[in-house]
Amino acid sequence: MPKATVTFEDIGVTVTVPAGTRLIEVSEKVGAGITYGCREGECCTCLTKVISGHEHLAAPSVLEDQVLKDNLAPRHHRLACQAQLLGGTIVVKPA
Amino acid sequence: MPVAVRPDTAVAVAPGVHWVGALDPAMRSFDIILRTANGTSYNAYVVRGSEGVAVIDTVKANFSADFFARLETVADYDKITVIVLNHLEPDHSGALPELLHRAPKARLYISHQAQTMLKGLLDWKTVKDRVVTVGTGDEVSLGDRTLRFLNTPYLHWPDTQCTWLEEEGVLFSGDFLGCHYCDPRLFNDAVGDFRFSFEYYYAHIMRPFREHVREALDLIEPLPLHVIAPAHGPILRDDPADYVRRYRALSSSSLHSINTKTLLVFYISAYGATRRMAEAVAAGAEESGEVRVSLYDIEGSEPQPFVDLIEEADALLFGSPTINGDAVKPVWDLLSSLTMVDVKGKLGAAFGSYGWSGEAVPMIEDRLRRLKLRVPVPGVKARLSPTEDEFAACRELGRQTALHLLGRAEHRTIDMASLA
Ligand code: FES
Ligand SMILES: [Fe+2]
Ligand SMILES: [Fe+2]
Repeated sequence: MPKATVTFEDIGVTVTVPAGTRLIEVSEKVGAGITYGCREGECCTCLTKVISGHEHLAAPSVLEDQVLKDNLAPRHHRLACQAQLLGGTIVVKPA
Repeated sequence: MPVAVRPDTAVAVAPGVHWVGALDPAMRSFDIILRTANGTSYNAYVVRGSEGVAVIDTVKANFSADFFARLETVADYDKITVIVLNHLEPDHSGALPELLHRAPKARLYISHQAQTMLKGLLDWKTVKDRVVTVGTGDEVSLGDRTLRFLNTPYLHWPDTQCTWLEEEGVLFSGDFLGCHYCDPRLFNDAVGDFRFSFEYYYAHIMRPFREHVREALDLIEPLPLHVIAPAHGPILRDDPADYVRRYRALSSSSLHSINTKTLLVFYISAYGATRRMAEAVAAGAEESGEVRVSLYDIEGSEPQPFVDLIEEADALLFGSPTINGDAVKPVWDLLSSLTMVDVKGKLGAAFGSYGWSGEAVPMIEDRLRRLKLRVPVPGVKARLSPTEDEFAACRELGRQTALHLLGRAEHRTIDMASLA
């Protein structure tokens, strides 16, 4: 099965995950500092800074794009409850 | 003593500025979590300029009649060019749909963060073209008057902002610097003693957002304040800066500050097993010698003093036995009190002994994550009397948490499949 590797910089943990996993699922399990509210891509609580490997995340949906824009999210920021890890190596931390 | 506000009458606050709010003396419990002994007020204001009129905030929907009656005494709907909502909670946005309808020339000024919420409040398509989102540095002119916006989020919602009328030195602060205190004499030098309400409001509404309070104060302190016009409670015209100073003091550390990282171990124990685990956790945390470690039996205190301590601490570890498949009530009481302070990003962990199931540890971990703590070190459970290995795991839990605090935890690489 294709894999992706994601590093949570704030707690110093790297996790190997099956491709297609959402960031939220991993970060919760390892107890990283990314926080959640709605879990449905609306509240922007889970805003996450993608330090590297943003190209390895599935492109944001129209809805996610709109929420990021409404909340003035800087470049390379994603909603952890939406972003799917597709492969490669990704490094993130809470925004 | 100044005359109390009469129905249908706007009250002058500063040249060209009127209060057009509503009094709600019967209110006793607000947003479920807040109590008030003498009601509250929903303060709305009108600012008249040479080339336009602004309405700042509205009232709770069932007080709309009072609001519109007062508004009509100082403004024609056709002259209203600007509506500012400093905060979209229903107690301030209740009359907004009707006001937008009655004042067709007005544009609505809200913070950038408020836009998502506005969509939940109004039919977005019909208002879209009238909405202007603003941030710090943006302004809108009323001719000889200018409103400037200060982006002050999370006081106490993501959308909150303040509006500054420079020419008169009036700060429209929204919920910030307000309180639930209803007195028809309106002004801080005329109303009864509302100091306790001011402090109570801060403690329940603003304290969980202490970091954001400080950032807002950084923006507000340099302003030559003449009047603070909040959205609830007395209008602060007598020494307004004093209230800003009070917020500064309240948002500073509540305890004497120390410059080492602090780690608190809380536990409760039925037969002593969880207590001995707690001692091992604390001993492990002490190993580095660079973290201040404290051990507390939850049974020895009410939650409140612990909450003060927790606000200033860097790591929180909770030990609970599992009884009837759950952590015990004193632990939940303490954990439920933590919404009163900002615990986001602190380190958390859990441990405890159990008889046959041991749900307490994952349940506490889950709660800690929901409270937005980081929980990087997996908890430790021990069945009945902990073994030497289990005590060693407790020491390691303490040690690893301390290393995380010091930024010295070793980088771990794991496979998702190995995670529970
Ligand atoms: S948790 Fe609300 S947007 Fe992700
Ligand atoms: Fe509010
Ligand atoms: Fe309010």
